[in-house]
Amino acid sequence: MFNANMVALQTIVRKEWRRFTRIWLQTLLPPAVTMALYFLIFGALIGARIGEIAGFSYMAFVIPGLIMMSVINNSYSNVASSFFSAKYNKSIEELLVSSTPNWVIVLGWVLGGALRGLCVAVIVSMVALFFAQLPWHQPLLMVLVVILAAVLFALAGLINAIFASSFDDVSVVPTFVLTPLTYLGGVFYSIDMLPGFWRDLSLFNPVLYLVNAFRYAILGVSDVNIVHALLGMLLAIVVLAGFALYMMAHSKRLRH
Amino acid sequence: MSYALELENLNKSYKAGSRALDDVSLKVEAGDFFALLGPNGAGKSTLISILSSLVQKDSGCVKIFGHDIDSDFAAAKRCLGIVPQEFNFNTFEKVRDIVINQAGFYGIRAARAAERADYLIEQLGLWPKRNEVSRYLSGGMKRRLMIARALVHKPKLLVLDEPTAGVDIELRRSLWQFVEQINAEGTSIILTTHYLEEAEALCRNVAIIDAGRIVKQSDMRSLLAGLQRESFVLDLSREPELASLPSYCDAKILEGVRLELSLAKGQALNELVLELDRQGCKVLSMRNKSNRLEELFVNLVGAGVEHV
Repeated sequence: MFNANMVALQTIVRKEWRRFTRIWLQTLLPPAVTMALYFLIFGALIGARIGEIAGFSYMAFVIPGLIMMSVINNSYSNVASSFFSAKYNKSIEELLVSSTPNWVIVLGWVLGGALRGLCVAVIVSMVALFFAQLPWHQPLLMVLVVILAAVLFALAGLINAIFASSFDDVSVVPTFVLTPLTYLGGVFYSIDMLPGFWRDLSLFNPVLYLVNAFRYAILGVSDVNIVHALLGMLLAIVVLAGFALYMMAHSKRLRH
Repeated sequence: MSYALELENLNKSYKAGSRALDDVSLKVEAGDFFALLGPNGAGKSTLISILSSLVQKDSGCVKIFGHDIDSDFAAAKRCLGIVPQEFNFNTFEKVRDIVINQAGFYGIRAARAAERADYLIEQLGLWPKRNEVSRYLSGGMKRRLMIARALVHKPKLLVLDEPTAGVDIELRRSLWQFVEQINAEGTSIILTTHYLEEAEALCRNVAIIDAGRIVKQSDMRSLLAGLQRESFVLDLSREPELASLPSYCDAKILEGVRLELSLAKGQALNELVLELDRQGCKVLSMRNKSNRLEELFVNLVGAGVEHV
């Protein structure tokens, strides 16, 4: 039974891997181009006039946040669009009618999305190397944070896709929730630069913790407590995974 | 007696208030070729969707080869293959990949899955199209692809939900041959179809469902034997005088020289033929008007039924 489930898991992940690598022009190249432009404009051109933040050049300061932004967007949108498309063209029924248990379906889709997030992280990191020297403070922590972030947002994308009843529903969350949270999550600035109220308000933004944990792993500086950030990510993953499993079993949007 | 499918007191209502299944109990023997017939909205698709886990039942028990679909989910599912009415594969994927992936979802390793997929693709005449993206297949080929996909894990029970809908006669016959072959090899088959002659020709046992209830379950032979009337169409050389025809037959003229007759089963036709001869009408040809199951079906579920 375990072996059968592992084969099913491998099949789902391989299918997703083949899908997003086949359409690499839509999935892997755009983040590299977008981030290169960010590095060039915000880092090299504008950043040169801003000076140092927390002892690092502005370019070095924004790189971890921009990598994390790519991971969040790509993990999320991979699962949201792929799962919703499967729901839309009913090919999700191939899985739902099979002997694959719900936990394997959730895990498979989340790993597929996380895999794209990790691929994008590697690509964007390589692009970043052309623009700045980074100290890579704690490489293992960096890998851990990027994996947790990719899994967390792949889960969120899956839940979005289960709820969604149109392609508009899939694009609403990235546009109106993820992007504002990311831009206001300390990617481009330290929250220490904000006035008291806005600084305190920022502490309710979950993306702030991801960005700062990742920045700490690369640069060794952070606006938040790293242990709290890691625990928060783990807790969020557990909660979202439980919810995704519940939805997979009971949602009328999948099984009437 | 071993059963391919056992349904006990199955109930399902939808939010809109419609009762799709009303205490349905049904047993299909292992190895059977079983027809499930009913008009549109009778509950056939709901029943099949419950077997496939795409619809959640309100109450009742479903067992597939003795495996309860709730408590022994994986074993029950491994015994079941379903060919749905609507195409439900990813149209951007290649034919061979679709079948191989489906095998993977049932835990079949890649090498074995490829072997099994190639065998079925060839058997179903899709070999030249194996590396084509599925959206470029014709409707009949898509139908065959879904059959290959449903059989890739060697299910002991195959459910075919209107597999020949919109399929041309030649392909329909080749699909009949194929499913008869796999039934002869031991796969139990449940068939729903709009073509009643298909059920009459292929199936040994039948259940008729209407308004969410099983209104008749029987073997096909005794069901058909119970029919009381038969209909014939005669092509004549000239239009007959209906009033002079024997009173035991209900007759009406179709298109001038074509006569439709309905008469009691076993009734001799000699007197009728003699009367036609007396009127100078030659009988040029004669055939059954429609398949007999259709008549029975209409009797059971009401004369207003247009679609089965």
